[in-house]
Amino acid sequence: MKEFTNGLKSGLPIGVGYLSVSFTFGIIAVKYGLTWWEALIISMLTVTSAGQFAGITMMTSPGHYLEMLVSQCTINVRYSFMSISLSQKVNERFKGIWRFIFGFMITDEIFAVASSKKEVSRSFFAGLCVLPYLGWSLGTLIGALLGNILPHALMSALGLAIYGMFVAIVVPDMKKSRSITTVVIIALALSFLFTYTPALKNISAGLSISICAIIAASAGAFLFPIDDD
Amino acid sequence: MNTKLFFIYLAIMAGSTYLIRAIPFAAIKGKIENKYFKSFLTYIPYAVLTAMTLPACLYATDYIISAAIGLLVAVIFAIKNKSLTTVAITACSAVFISEMIIKNLL
Repeated sequence: MKEFTNGLKSGLPIGVGYLSVSFTFGIIAVKYGLTWWEALIISMLTVTSAGQFAGITMMTSPGHYLEMLVSQCTINVRYSFMSISLSQKVNERFKGIWRFIFGFMITDEIFAVASSKKEVSRSFFAGLCVLPYLGWSLGTLIGALLGNILPHALMSALGLAIYGMFVAIVVPDMKKSRSITTVVIIALALSFLFTYTPALKNISAGLSISICAIIAASAGAFLFPIDDD
Repeated sequence: MNTKLFFIYLAIMAGSTYLIRAIPFAAIKGKIENKYFKSFLTYIPYAVLTAMTLPACLYATDYIISAAIGLLVAVIFAIKNKSLTTVAITACSAVFISEMIIKNLL
């Protein structure tokens, strides 16, 4: 129970951050012609930011099934690396059906928090998922139903919440390890390259994140292989 | 929009997203022994988070400058080993305050 509560607490900043992102999703989904319940179902069954935003731009016209599949796969391929990484972190009781159940909730932010732990238990992960899922669903619903009622300045400020968390995960470990610092610098350089270079910037954000991360982590593994703990 | 079309698209979106997440998670049962692949998996979170944060976070708020200030505040508090929630809240507050200043100056 203590593990579950710990997870719940760790999920709080994610849930708050998700409120603002999914709120925006709700507003946009309705603008694209979806109903409030359609927007809500998408969020409750998909729980992914970039994928959902890309998805609704395509949903309005028929016949783009293959394009939908390809774009979803390229945007989301990063999750498969996260889930491989997470499979090494979970303890021995976190197996079988539980992985199929909780695999549903491997988002960027939940992965980030889980991977900052030495070992991840089922109860911790379950607790960790609760508030983000509620935040994601509730934010979508409110956004779809009420649109622009929250003060804009507040929404703008909340836009940084998730990135603040990422910084809080990465920076302290950079202090401890030169190899992590190097990996971060490589990823940073590649990410800027992929965002601003003419030929590369057409690649979808989801895919370019995966490419940058794979190159940077491979370079790290090659330059600083970890001998064993 | 046509409801049947909606559900077809929804099935493609939700189905592919779920499978991408759950299959690798469930399929890899043992511990990976290969030194290089293990190292790769150690580094991947840092690489993913960095690539997601920059430069994207600069466009997450109303002004690039307010986002940059928020990011700087986050880095400072993270260096001081503050908790995730503290870092996130201080970063958002920094954005909020700097945008108030920017809007009142313009």
